[in-house]
Amino acid sequence: MNFIAIKMLIGNRAKYFGIILGLTFASLLITQQSSIFLGLMTRTYGFLTDTSLPDIWVMDPKVQYVDDIKPLKETESIRVRSVEGVEWAVPLYKGLLKARLPNGTFQACNVIGLDDESLIGGPPVMSQGRLSNLRGSDAIIVDSVGARGKLATVSPDGKRVPLTIGDTMELNDHRAVVVGICEVQRTFQSQPVVYTTFSRATIFAPRERKLMSFVLVKAKPGQDHKVLCQRIQQATGLAAYTKDEFRALTVKYYMKYTGIPINFGITVVLGFIVGIAIAGQTFHNFTLDNIRYFGTLKAMGASDGTLIRMILLQASVVGSIGYGVGVGIASFLGLVSGNTELAFQLPWQLLLFSAIAVMVICAASAVVSMRKVIKLEPAIVFKT
Amino acid sequence: MSNQHTIAVRCKGVTKTYGSGDTQVHALSGIDLDVYAGEHMMLVGPSGSGKTTLISIIAGVLDRDHGECSVFDHDFNAMGHNEKTRFRGQNIGFVFQLFNLIPTLTAAENVAVPLLINGVKQSKALQKAREMLHRVGLGNRTFSLPEELSGGQQQRVAIARAIVHDPRLIVCDEPTSALDHETGHKIMEILRTIATDNGKVLIVVTHDARIFEFADRIAEMDDGRITLITDPHHYVLDKKKK
Repeated sequence: MNFIAIKMLIGNRAKYFGIILGLTFASLLITQQSSIFLGLMTRTYGFLTDTSLPDIWVMDPKVQYVDDIKPLKETESIRVRSVEGVEWAVPLYKGLLKARLPNGTFQACNVIGLDDESLIGGPPVMSQGRLSNLRGSDAIIVDSVGARGKLATVSPDGKRVPLTIGDTMELNDHRAVVVGICEVQRTFQSQPVVYTTFSRATIFAPRERKLMSFVLVKAKPGQDHKVLCQRIQQATGLAAYTKDEFRALTVKYYMKYTGIPINFGITVVLGFIVGIAIAGQTFHNFTLDNIRYFGTLKAMGASDGTLIRMILLQASVVGSIGYGVGVGIASFLGLVSGNTELAFQLPWQLLLFSAIAVMVICAASAVVSMRKVIKLEPAIVFKT
Repeated sequence: MSNQHTIAVRCKGVTKTYGSGDTQVHALSGIDLDVYAGEHMMLVGPSGSGKTTLISIIAGVLDRDHGECSVFDHDFNAMGHNEKTRFRGQNIGFVFQLFNLIPTLTAAENVAVPLLINGVKQSKALQKAREMLHRVGLGNRTFSLPEELSGGQQQRVAIARAIVHDPRLIVCDEPTSALDHETGHKIMEILRTIATDNGKVLIVVTHDARIFEFADRIAEMDDGRITLITDPHHYVLDKKKK
């Protein structure tokens, strides 16, 4: 009876495409909006992802997320280094500084100051130049998106000229020379990222008593990270988190204190409702249109189980196609927007989430139709 | 003529009421009817006389309120829901006034439906459906959709569908009412030729006096009762006298 179910479904072209359109739209909306939400959330801890070497991040206990900088005294890194189980501990500066571009405009930059000796915490990928070039005078490394975008200079004919190696700019009235271009994850606020050494960063930064943002810690081999975090907290009075904990803390902050989850959540729910409304209603109408034929099949000896299987098959077919097309369009949009400001992350878990959402829509539609068919009196076939 | 020895359908004191209270309608008020194996019985009467209700009960698509009704010694009221459905699928063929062909299936696929319901493999079912369409003179229209066929052709497809699984009882509800006189006659000839062989029972509900001649017996109904059972010749004569 499967081929009869399929032919009944695709034979009614208008309704068939209507159901698929509804499911496609729902799938697209749910997948795309969730992907953007996930992309944005990923950007909130993008710096943690880029800085992969340390196992533990040590900071002021009041810090709530990665961009919430509460400076520490530089001597804290020495105290941390003395804790048992620590392989190494290096200081890191992170702060927003104003860059003055050659055309006189100002641009806030996310400046990262790396430990002068080890340069630990540097960018994950260098596209031009080398990390060690930071040891040169006034040296900075700029991220490629920033170099092409907000830090690019505009020539008199209106063309944007990207920042390249050898170009200079001013960071808080201090000369800085570009010695390399790197690739990093885009930040939440999409500011250019500028790497330099810790000591130079403290020169660029406004003069303050405390200038160190974090202490990056590597645990000795075999050392339990969580236990080491507790030990550091007890020994220094500072907060110490594993990378995953700090990432979770950051996401939790954005989830709790910004309207982002609610805004995207509403759109995702809207996609779900649209799916139910369009696909569910059209599928129900499709069943009603065919109620006489379902009645005929029932009179001719088709069991309720057979009819339910037919409806489930029909729902599965439109669900699979609608889901596939919706996710396909969402992926294409993600691919196209890969190098733009649009945040987009589509992991397999999200594909599964969308699949479940579409499945729920189809199941809800099918249940309504199945009830109609099960309650159907086969005697309907003799009514004209 | 029919085999007068074996009773295929037996109804005794069958009643059926629709609605309740002030809106109660007595559709059947004590129906007694025997139909024999190989017989072609016609149920005739005015609209609302209970013909369709009776045929629905005999075909097992509607439950009676009281009385007895057995088809080939099987009582539908004694069967479970699934058993009843299975019995219908194996033993009863249906022909409807408006054909009820699934519009998105070809003629052959429509005819194959009862076989598929009974678990026959798709390829075998379609093969048998094509053979059956050949028998009803539509061998060249197996791939046509219902909308591409005339009313008479659609009813022939419906007849092929009703008999493809070799049922013992075929029930037809106004099979010629949507057709012109000539086509109606052809349809009845096909039904008589194909549907009543091997002791099959054919019960036809009709208003159409032009096809009375095809019946072995006619049962006239009025107000939920059978008022007369006779052969077509006497029935027509009786009507002329009145």
